Amino acid sequence: MEGDTREAIQDKSNVASSRPKNGVPNGSDRRLTDEEFERYSRQMIVPGMGKHGQLRLINSSVLIIGAGGLGCPAAQYIAGAGIGTIGIVDGDVVEPSNLHRQVAHATSRIGMAKVDSLITHLRSLNPLPTYIAHPFHLTAQNGADILSRYDLILDCTDNPATRYLISDLCVLLQKPLVSAASVQTSGQLIVLNCPPSPQGVVDRPCAPCYRCCFRKPPPPSANLSCGEAGIMGPVVGMMGVAQAGEAIKILASALHLPQDARGASGASGASDAERHLTHPHLLIYSYDLASAIGPYTFRALRMGGRKRSCFACGEGSTLTLEGIRSGNPDYVQFCGGLAPPPHAGLAPEERVTAAAYDAARRKQELPPHVLLDIREREHFSLGSIEGAVNVPFGKLLMKAAEIQRDGGEAEDVLPREARGSGKDAPIYVVCRRGIDSQETVAKLKELGLDHGGTRKIVDIVGGMKAWKDEVDPRFPFL
Amino acid sequence: MSAAKNNDTIDITVDFSGGLEMLFDNKRRYSVSLPAVDGSGKPVTMAFLIDHLCTHLMKDPRVDLFVLDKHIRPGILVLINDADWELEGEEAYELQPRDNILFVSTLHGG
Repeated sequence: MEGDTREAIQDKSNVASSRPKNGVPNGSDRRLTDEEFERYSRQMIVPGMGKHGQLRLINSSVLIIGAGGLGCPAAQYIAGAGIGTIGIVDGDVVEPSNLHRQVAHATSRIGMAKVDSLITHLRSLNPLPTYIAHPFHLTAQNGADILSRYDLILDCTDNPATRYLISDLCVLLQKPLVSAASVQTSGQLIVLNCPPSPQGVVDRPCAPCYRCCFRKPPPPSANLSCGEAGIMGPVVGMMGVAQAGEAIKILASALHLPQDARGASGASGASDAERHLTHPHLLIYSYDLASAIGPYTFRALRMGGRKRSCFACGEGSTLTLEGIRSGNPDYVQFCGGLAPPPHAGLAPEERVTAAAYDAARRKQELPPHVLLDIREREHFSLGSIEGAVNVPFGKLLMKAAEIQRDGGEAEDVLPREARGSGKDAPIYVVCRRGIDSQETVAKLKELGLDHGGTRKIVDIVGGMKAWKDEVDPRFPFL
Repeated sequence: MSAAKNNDTIDITVDFSGGLEMLFDNKRRYSVSLPAVDGSGKPVTMAFLIDHLCTHLMKDPRVDLFVLDKHIRPGILVLINDADWELEGEEAYELQPRDNILFVSTLHGG
């Protein structure tokens, strides 16, 4: 089946580039065209690559899932290296806030489907590969059909549910998976399921899947996304480029083929490369905006191999493609679901909408009060409601815990500028989206700052997001 | 190792990465001195260290972002001298002088 897929792909790429067909399976022995020869010369002369490695790349197919901060740089090097067929999956369109890191898109292509934008860029870089657009999100329903058409999968997505789905599909379809992730100033990279082994085989060393390494997802409250926590372009870019590097290496050495299908080369037992892959390393890149590159900027951590007890690839696993297609397992549920946002059980009079707060301010109906903005300092620095004072949520909780533990003035959780507003001056609390602010109102009351009920402490519902939506559409909300 | 006396200490380094440093005063690296044996005279383990970190080093009250139900929360990898702690016995691992322990939260963004 593997062979059939690849031949079909070779036919396609021959049509695309008018390459002479030589009839040799996998094209392992054909001549390179003059154009290929010139284009790929600098990588072919690298020790270990050669014409043989280049032909393997030309006859390979790679699926890049996600055309964002990881997918853009990964795709550039995958295309540049001459991998013959490149598929890209993404359902989003290019937005201005993508461009600082998703550098294969362009200002002129804002609003275009990311898949089309990325392929436009890749074609101008290298017209020889066949590019296949999958302009929608990967789902449990469409996943197996798409992944089965490729030799190797790059996980460049941005959420845990899709990451577990991709890994499970790779186990069942026996595809190697190069997985990376990045947020704020940290990045991670690992090669999984490579070389692939049949599901359930545990009597010999096998490479782990994503679930072997990361058995359970973090609770949603602990999960940071680039949209919420921010991301530095070079950090995610570095991880994407490294993904391409791993993919090229695996394909040029034919390590992507299932262990059983590679009988001839494995005659003398597992190669060193394979032994290394069955206990892959997790590369961690962590970068500190305030310090120089140091010994812990890059770390390679040794992970275990396939786990006997793994839900997806382990002994007696009941995971199937049919099951996945029909919603079993439920990936969204597994990753914490679409649970309603937590709330602190505030009374109606302890909450005010952004619009109502603004109206009362304008009519000067409010007494002197404290407007406490508990977003991170960076968010606050980009814009705030006039008169707001800033104490980041984490700092406030820390200070509150210290007061509750060691004693001290409850008033000290408020910033100094806020303490002159009068002892019973109401406190209005605002955050980004209105979740942390509820918890803060409850915490301030717990500390006794409501003076037994004589002082109002109020949550602004929906936070600065609501302020932008209801009051000031030009507010720079991030 | 078995000859550890009650007043001996073990010096190790503890690193936080992937955002966990936020819970530890935004410091990525700590030098930690632990007693060589716990209250009942047994060599100190990872479980002892985790408890020690929660009570002495963690300034942020959101302990549940680090420990859930008395175990390291899902989504945090623990590395003992750069190897997955599952290879080393997890919480039962007996700490050795100069060990490097890394706590790293797994990332999903991209």
